[in-house]
Amino acid sequence: MSTPTTKKTGLFFVAFALVALVFAGVFSYFADSDPDGLDSATLKGCEVVETDAGEELTGDCIAKNAKDHDLADGPLADYAVGGDDRFTGVAGVLGVVGTLVVAGGLFWVLRRRPAKQADSRDE
Amino acid sequence: MHMSDGLINAPTSLIFGGVAVIGMAVAMVGARRDLDDRTAPMAGLVAAFVFATQMLNFPILPGVSGHLLGGALAAILAGPYVGALCVGIVLVVQALVFADGGLTALGANITNMAIIGTAAGYLVAVALRSVATRSKTGLAAVAFLAAFLNTVIASLGFVLEFAIGGDAAFSLGGVTATMVGLHALIGIGEGIITALTVTAVAAARPDLVHLLRGTEKPLEIRSAA
Repeated sequence: MSTPTTKKTGLFFVAFALVALVFAGVFSYFADSDPDGLDSATLKGCEVVETDAGEELTGDCIAKNAKDHDLADGPLADYAVGGDDRFTGVAGVLGVVGTLVVAGGLFWVLRRRPAKQADSRDE
Repeated sequence: MHMSDGLINAPTSLIFGGVAVIGMAVAMVGARRDLDDRTAPMAGLVAAFVFATQMLNFPILPGVSGHLLGGALAAILAGPYVGALCVGIVLVVQALVFADGGLTALGANITNMAIIGTAAGYLVAVALRSVATRSKTGLAAVAFLAAFLNTVIASLGFVLEFAIGGDAAFSLGGVTATMVGLHALIGIGEGIITALTVTAVAAARPDLVHLLRGTEKPLEIRSAA
């Protein structure tokens, strides 16, 4: 009972999903790795110095108060896979799929449904 | 615009954690009337698209980047309540799975990007709805402006939180000027991405653009609520 309209909607949804997957899976390799606006604002006054132990901040800035993320050792932390950012695209695709499942699932549960009596009726 | 833990103190984090929980609960109640068999999958895809696009940091100044927040985009496509949930879910996934945005800062981040940003973007879009429904250019202009203000006003959310519970050794005026200045530039990028996305969806499926509903609405049988 796939009418032309539902088929067209399905095609649109597939296309929209593919765009998101290409953005996260491919374009993400070309993203600018510089700090974003908020990070730049909180880093103002500091220099970021590369050390053996990782990045360290010298000087005086708000970001010195920042704590490491509690889940920084997670398998997909920092959009990498096991800390390897050659797999950013893989992490991105997993993120898109995960977000779609969580959000789509919640929205599907929350959606308005036809009145009870109409449930057994065919649309 | 994801803040790490430690930038604002614990009581302030707790307050905005409460704001976020209440805001998301209100959004869940309000979202119901905008979700049906057709718009629910669309809304899930909008959230996934916001996640993907947030990964694409673009340069705004030497050494400074920005990325889409997505509140205006999600609200224009899916409505304000669903839109706030889309951005909120993205922020939760990012904090829990990708270590992007602190855990105690999650409430403040949701407040800024999912609640304040989405509300600002949606209010601008609705105020200019007659322009948006007039032509494709009108829709693009409204989407751009809504997204631009979404970014700038969301950055003021951080300023508010920092004023309440940040390190008082740093001048609030300086933080405000830097945040607003940088996010005005990021807002231009947000505006362009939002305008392109909204006009592309509107060209293919205007019925799936929440802001345009009522203008080309297909027949719908609704039970008295």
